[in-house]
Amino acid sequence: MASFSTTATVTDPRVALGDDGILPPALAGGSGDRPDSGLPDYATRLRRARLGLLVALTPVLMLFVSFTSAYVVRQGLPSLDPRTATLVRDWIPVTLPKLLLINTGVLVLSSVFMELARRQIRGEAVFASADSIPGVPPASESRIPWLPMTLVLGIIFLFGQWMAWRQLAASGFYVATTPSSSFVYLLTGTHAVHLLGGVLALLGAGVASLLGLSLTRRSIVVDVTAWYWHFMAGLWVYILCLLEFAS
Amino acid sequence: MGLVLLAVIWLITFISTYFFIAKTWWLPVGASAAAAGIDHHFTTTFILMGIVFVAAQVALGYLVWSFRDRGNPAKVSYSHGNTTLEIVWTVLTTILFVGLNLTSSSIWASERFRPAAADSVQVEVTGMQFAWYFRYPGPDGKFGATNPELEDASAGGEAALGLDTKDPASKDDVVSGVMVVPVNREIEVILRAHDVIHSFFIPQMRFKQDAVPGLAIHMHFTPIQTGEYEILCAELCGLGHYKMHGIVRVVTPEEFDKWLAAREAEKL
Amino acid sequence: MAGGTGGGETITMSTHESAVQAAHAHGAPQGFIRKWVFSLDHKVIGLQYYFLALVAVFVGMFLSLLMRIHLIWPTVALPLLGDIKPETYLTLVTMHGTIMVFFVLTTAPQGGFGNYFLPIQIGAPDMAFPVLNMLSFWTTLVGFIVMIAAFFVAGGAPLHGWTGYAPLSAVQSTGPGEGLGADLWIISIAIFCIGALMGALNFITTTLDMRAKGMTMMRMPLTVWAWFVTAILGLLAFGVLLSAGILLLMDRNLGTSFYVPLITVNGQLTGHKGGSPLLWQHLFWFFGHPEVYIAILPAMGLASQLLSVFSRKPIFGYKAMVYAILGIGFLGFMVWGHHMFMSGMSPYTAFAFSIMTMGIGVPSAIKTFNWLGTIWGGRIRFDSPMLFAIGFVSLFVSGGISGPFLAQPVLDIQLHDTYFVPGHFHLIMGVASIFGIFAATYYWFPKMFGRMMNESLARWHFWFSFIGTYAIFMPMHYLGMAGMPRRYSQMTEVGYLHDLIPLQKFITYAAFITIAGQLIFLVNLFWSMFKGKKAVDNPWEATTLEWTTATPPPHDNFGGHTPVVHNGPYEYGVPGAPRDYVMQTDPEIEPAH
Repeated sequence: MASFSTTATVTDPRVALGDDGILPPALAGGSGDRPDSGLPDYATRLRRARLGLLVALTPVLMLFVSFTSAYVVRQGLPSLDPRTATLVRDWIPVTLPKLLLINTGVLVLSSVFMELARRQIRGEAVFASADSIPGVPPASESRIPWLPMTLVLGIIFLFGQWMAWRQLAASGFYVATTPSSSFVYLLTGTHAVHLLGGVLALLGAGVASLLGLSLTRRSIVVDVTAWYWHFMAGLWVYILCLLEFAS
Repeated sequence: MGLVLLAVIWLITFISTYFFIAKTWWLPVGASAAAAGIDHHFTTTFILMGIVFVAAQVALGYLVWSFRDRGNPAKVSYSHGNTTLEIVWTVLTTILFVGLNLTSSSIWASERFRPAAADSVQVEVTGMQFAWYFRYPGPDGKFGATNPELEDASAGGEAALGLDTKDPASKDDVVSGVMVVPVNREIEVILRAHDVIHSFFIPQMRFKQDAVPGLAIHMHFTPIQTGEYEILCAELCGLGHYKMHGIVRVVTPEEFDKWLAAREAEKL
Repeated sequence: MAGGTGGGETITMSTHESAVQAAHAHGAPQGFIRKWVFSLDHKVIGLQYYFLALVAVFVGMFLSLLMRIHLIWPTVALPLLGDIKPETYLTLVTMHGTIMVFFVLTTAPQGGFGNYFLPIQIGAPDMAFPVLNMLSFWTTLVGFIVMIAAFFVAGGAPLHGWTGYAPLSAVQSTGPGEGLGADLWIISIAIFCIGALMGALNFITTTLDMRAKGMTMMRMPLTVWAWFVTAILGLLAFGVLLSAGILLLMDRNLGTSFYVPLITVNGQLTGHKGGSPLLWQHLFWFFGHPEVYIAILPAMGLASQLLSVFSRKPIFGYKAMVYAILGIGFLGFMVWGHHMFMSGMSPYTAFAFSIMTMGIGVPSAIKTFNWLGTIWGGRIRFDSPMLFAIGFVSLFVSGGISGPFLAQPVLDIQLHDTYFVPGHFHLIMGVASIFGIFAATYYWFPKMFGRMMNESLARWHFWFSFIGTYAIFMPMHYLGMAGMPRRYSQMTEVGYLHDLIPLQKFITYAAFITIAGQLIFLVNLFWSMFKGKKAVDNPWEATTLEWTTATPPPHDNFGGHTPVVHNGPYEYGVPGAPRDYVMQTDPEIEPAH
């Protein structure tokens, strides 16, 4: 149908690409973030990972928004008592174990440690290349093991949640005892599963460190996990408030 | 190819439209007070949407034929669009769609925003896998208590509903497997379900409402034509969904009173 | 070489070839397993998704054929399968719907073609997170296997419909298949949610962060816009479906009462009380309505693309098309209640949802006008992708027109849960969206496999499908108006339904013929992969970035070079240009309008 060769635009892509064809053209959304090696640089990878995390947190948020709306609806919902054909409300608030407050403290503290760990490894990554410049002393890094400490606190939190479940069960509130108890187990359990994911990510970063794997990659993992961790801490505080005050 | 496409698109359009206009398969004749208004609105929607349907398909068919590549080096009309046109047809479409909806809202309001009239005939309709039961409150005007633990579907009637015969209000309740109602009276239907969601659908009455366990849903309709009408279950409720149907008999008020009295007498 | 935009010299590539050898972060894979099984290459992953959907669609079509046979011949025993009992029919209904909606319509357009072509169309070497991309496919595949497994466990697959309304789905004793089969169904969907969310993450991050220089958002092809907005819909909706499924699993297995009030099943109390069946409906449809837009938006983006390419004209109203996609996506979250007009929901709420629903008809109408506007004044080439694009427009109009009937609660009273509804949604999802998949296949096959599909077989396929699907689904509207309810396994019990059997027979015969016609597509697809005529790099003379690169594209999509974009994606028939199409990478044309 056409009267000219359709392969012309591709056999010499550089001409079609509109540049002089001597150097590889700059890549990506205007930020010129690919040096000659063709690999995206640290800043780009970090930005991309953070963007990915922001996007990933959206469905996590939607999950808990959905649970919240189910919680609110269920609380206020009258149901038909078939015997009297009248509507009755059957919401019995659960007395939350005090242990949950301690766990909250643990998690918040772990968030602080997490942030320190994040800054620590970012400092290491940024200055890594500076070690080889003569006359420039290596940055004095704090040697406090913030990351392992965060990990330990995270595991303590999860263990503490498990203990809180045991206490709930001991006081007679199992998952199906009342609608309110169902939600307690549901919300705390789902949160714990997500936090476990964060724990595993930190574990991975820790192991990678021991094995001496790529610092920039570890730094990005820790950075992204840190933001995720802070989100989980904030989410936990929200869940606690919902269960305690909106009851 | 353009011509073939035009022919096929136009043919499909005209054949489908023909069957709509000829009403070869159509809504059953309405037998309730609400039917006339609903059917009128149906017709309005049908005509307006029908015009859009035919116009769009005819245009599509015509355009693919008219603007086929004829091989000559004629230029296309290079254009990225026309903002004025966009605005015009957006506004018109919005007026059409929203306007259509708003005109139907008064019918919806009259059917659903107001409760049943104070002097309506009450019938409690209970759906269960896979039958409908109908209960009348009797002279005391009160429905007796039911107890799920007393249910025995195999015994039918009062036992199927789990009627608590110890409740004094139950004494005059009449339970029937057939729904009988007087013509030209507003009927208040109280919908309940024992197990899963069912849906109470009487096509000729233009009446449909889900029966949801855990709820007692109050609806109303006014039959205006005597006769027997099919009740179908219109929400998937299990393997017997296709055969969960009932009958509603619309009779004269005298026949209704006689029927009810006879059923009351049976209970004594 | 003749032609070309800036001269045709052949410059040696060695100067910077080595410099960009490592251009693609993870390098070209070696070995069969890394290359074709656990590939990180978005193109391979796209093909994996596509072939998963291909298997799923034939499973789904087979199930529907069994349904159609049983409906008109309820007493006939089939070879191998024997008698189809009423509960088996409902199992077919449930699994047909579930498999088609999730593993075909949410898999092929987005996971399949989106994965393959989104990075290329924006000038990126791959998706943002290739490992996650690979995991998303394998997760989806595991979900499919779990879904199929439901057929083979004790009690079989569930019978509660793809919509899974509680308490029917929430209590194990409500019917056959509602035991382990229903649990597997929920678990499969939960796995699918995870896979879909992983995919959405990649699509969004890639679109926002990896566009080539000059590829502004408003120069992206409408296919990319569609995949992008579809991913956002998925991101927001699948989490809610997951939450609904978790609550359902808890009700079924842990004795909670999120959805189940005090009920008796077969005369037995179930131990639940206080729950709300409507809660399931709200959560499900909050996901379910955006889901249907997830199913249709990619096809809409592609239709825009193809109508422009094959009319040799820019898309009419690019900006309006973008706003329409965004509008449909946004409003799609506000209309879920229109599935619940008869549910016992407040009539005032119903009214509000109904107005929003009429509102969402507006951007769809705008798109239709713009498609017609694109064809108008063009020079149409009737290659097979264009046939399916034209078919898409016709089917979308037909399916869309029945929407305003259902959107008005007053009319929905009569039409809800009748055949009018499957008539409506099959025309849109079950046909128009599928036509989008066919169109995409015929259009991009040359780029993916380096060969052309057979044009004659394609035309036969088109006519079988276009006429056949109209013959199947248009009559369903008549059935609905006449009062034929949905999900009835046979029509023998209700008097007036007997009169509708002849129409149902017509539909079944049409289904036989139409499904037979799909075999033509299957033959064409596989034969052409090996024996099709070799394709040139840009057989359709199209302007978007995938047509600037080799056929099939190299591992990093652009052979070490990165495209620089100067033009929009629809510059066809530009006055004064040397030929009737200007690539996005060609020197910038003067800004016209």
